[in-house]
Amino acid sequence: MNAPIIELTDVKKSFGPVSVLKGVGLKVYPGKITALVGDNGAGKSTLIKGLAGVQPYDDGVVLFNGEQVHLHNPREASRLGIEVVYQDLALCDNLDIVQNMFLGREETATGIFDEGRMEREASETLRSLSVRTVKSVRQKVSSLSGGQRQTVAIARSVLKSARVVILDEPTAALGVAQTEQVLNLVKRLADSGVGVLMISHNLVDVFQVADYISVLYLGQMVASVEASRTTSDDVVGYITGSKTYNGEAA
Amino acid sequence: MSATTIPETPLPEQSSDLIGSGQEGGLLDQAKGYLQRLRSGEMGALPAVLGFLVLSGLFTALSPFFLTERNFANLITQAATLVMLAMALVFVILLGEIDLSAGVTAGVAMSLFVVLSDPGGIAMNWILALVVALLSGLAIGAFIGFFVARVGIPSFVVTLGLFLGFQGLQLIIIGAGGLYRIQQPEILSIQNSNLPTWGGWVMLAVILAVSLGMSMLDRRRRARAGVPNRTIALMWIRLALIAVIGGVVVGLLNQNRGTGFLAVSGVPIVVPITLTILWFGTLVLDRTRFGRYIYAIGGNAEAARRSGIKVIGVKWAAFAVCSTLAVVAGIFSASKVGSVDAAFGRDIVLSGVAAAVVGGVSLFGGRGRLIHGAIGALVIAVITNGLGLLNLPGGVNFLVTGGVLILAATVDAVSRVRAGGSIIRR
Repeated sequence: MNAPIIELTDVKKSFGPVSVLKGVGLKVYPGKITALVGDNGAGKSTLIKGLAGVQPYDDGVVLFNGEQVHLHNPREASRLGIEVVYQDLALCDNLDIVQNMFLGREETATGIFDEGRMEREASETLRSLSVRTVKSVRQKVSSLSGGQRQTVAIARSVLKSARVVILDEPTAALGVAQTEQVLNLVKRLADSGVGVLMISHNLVDVFQVADYISVLYLGQMVASVEASRTTSDDVVGYITGSKTYNGEAA
Repeated sequence: MSATTIPETPLPEQSSDLIGSGQEGGLLDQAKGYLQRLRSGEMGALPAVLGFLVLSGLFTALSPFFLTERNFANLITQAATLVMLAMALVFVILLGEIDLSAGVTAGVAMSLFVVLSDPGGIAMNWILALVVALLSGLAIGAFIGFFVARVGIPSFVVTLGLFLGFQGLQLIIIGAGGLYRIQQPEILSIQNSNLPTWGGWVMLAVILAVSLGMSMLDRRRRARAGVPNRTIALMWIRLALIAVIGGVVVGLLNQNRGTGFLAVSGVPIVVPITLTILWFGTLVLDRTRFGRYIYAIGGNAEAARRSGIKVIGVKWAAFAVCSTLAVVAGIFSASKVGSVDAAFGRDIVLSGVAAAVVGGVSLFGGRGRLIHGAIGALVIAVITNGLGLLNLPGGVNFLVTGGVLILAATVDAVSRVRAGGSIIRR
């Protein structure tokens, strides 16, 4: 097995008296999709916000590519190649696709935007992900459908040679056809060698694409298994706390 | 663009390996694209331009004095202060913020200027005093930015507080009931002197040259990146429009508008100054990180933050720019009026906000351009000027201006919903 690109050990985070993460471990492998599942309030969002540098962990070790790193702000995470696609997408409706994809990392020449270059790179990235549903890269994001927005958000994350992409509920609020498209996109993402960490409530989606499944339960990682060696019933059991995982952590 | 494209069918293979960018096709396709954008609610300055034309036509029909060389020049110098103030406010309105203290900020800064430069008093070098005034604007903007961006108080509250407070500060600086005349011919000449006749044409030539140069540079860059350019016909049409409109304006201003023996003609000096600031500000807003981040924050501040944008810093800077440009508006006003008193700048700020909104800058943030503020200010100025010529009671002016503002805000809200936004602000 490959070495993990991200390895969390004993990560802790609390908000005041409420301890949300109580010593969590997690591994993400390059070229593989790791699904992070758990009930509401299990700490999934807190876990990924720490990786994104939005809400730093209180305690614990984060290894990136085998080396310890400290993620204090989004720029830090971005510099390492950790990109997050949030559930609420974090796109600016009033900007077009190119402007959104390059937001915060625009290409400039002597301080002035190089729009042509950005347009080309955005277009190429969308093409490399076999995106065919977008008519113009200069469309305003406000005119896009839910699936198209998700596509733009994911394309944005891989624009600058991402090494790990974290997806928060990528298929929530999508129709059947669009869910299929986005899941295919996620697979292509992993095939290109990127480590993917996907949060999802939908176990059908999870079993369709995930290589590994990690289950959070009340701030603790109760199971980390290969998807091919477990069943939907077992995972539901881990999520609700009615079953205990006894095997090795994958 | 319809938002329901489920199930999405793959588009037919395109000749190039790129996804379209809306720049392809000939004039007809571009015109279609423009209509499409209009229909989806991206109207930009179009309602304001139409409003300007309709109002101008109306006043021309109603008053024989409206379309005269003298009134035209008068209109431009009357409008200059408001144009500048509206452009200042665009920087913060784009953030979804507001600066109600922009007028009194100009008041405080100009009070400082007249007191410092008064030959009978402190008698500071007037250029130095002007720099002090502009820097005080910058400082006030930073002060507002601190409370809005750092402390997190709504800008409405902070600037309302300053609106009240600065009226007091101005009284203290100037002294109750005091009035200082502007004594520097250089300041007075901004609004009261004109370029020589040839100067106006040179100005127009420079505008055309800069516009052509920028377009060609853009096209070269895009071609080098391998992405399509808009058909070059559009560029020539744009240049021709500028040439015609500019030609008419310069031509009118170059007519003799003096009374009696003294011939007065030429483009008022305030015009090239304003156009230069408009050009530079547009460059900053459209083509630099600072400008793009203002739009991003106005569109979705949380998205901007997650993209690694320093939201606090950008807001701070935007307020500083707004207050500094407001002081420039104050300089224009002082030059026009010829004096600064304790109430200087008190009444104008709401007209400035109205101008920006009428021009098509969204109060919700994130939508609108610098020139929209300028166009909106011209609309408001035409109303004031035209109604003044009709000898209507003063109250009518306020009523009409208020009505136009509400109309413009309605257009803004409706187009926002059509563009896919919700009525309830997220």
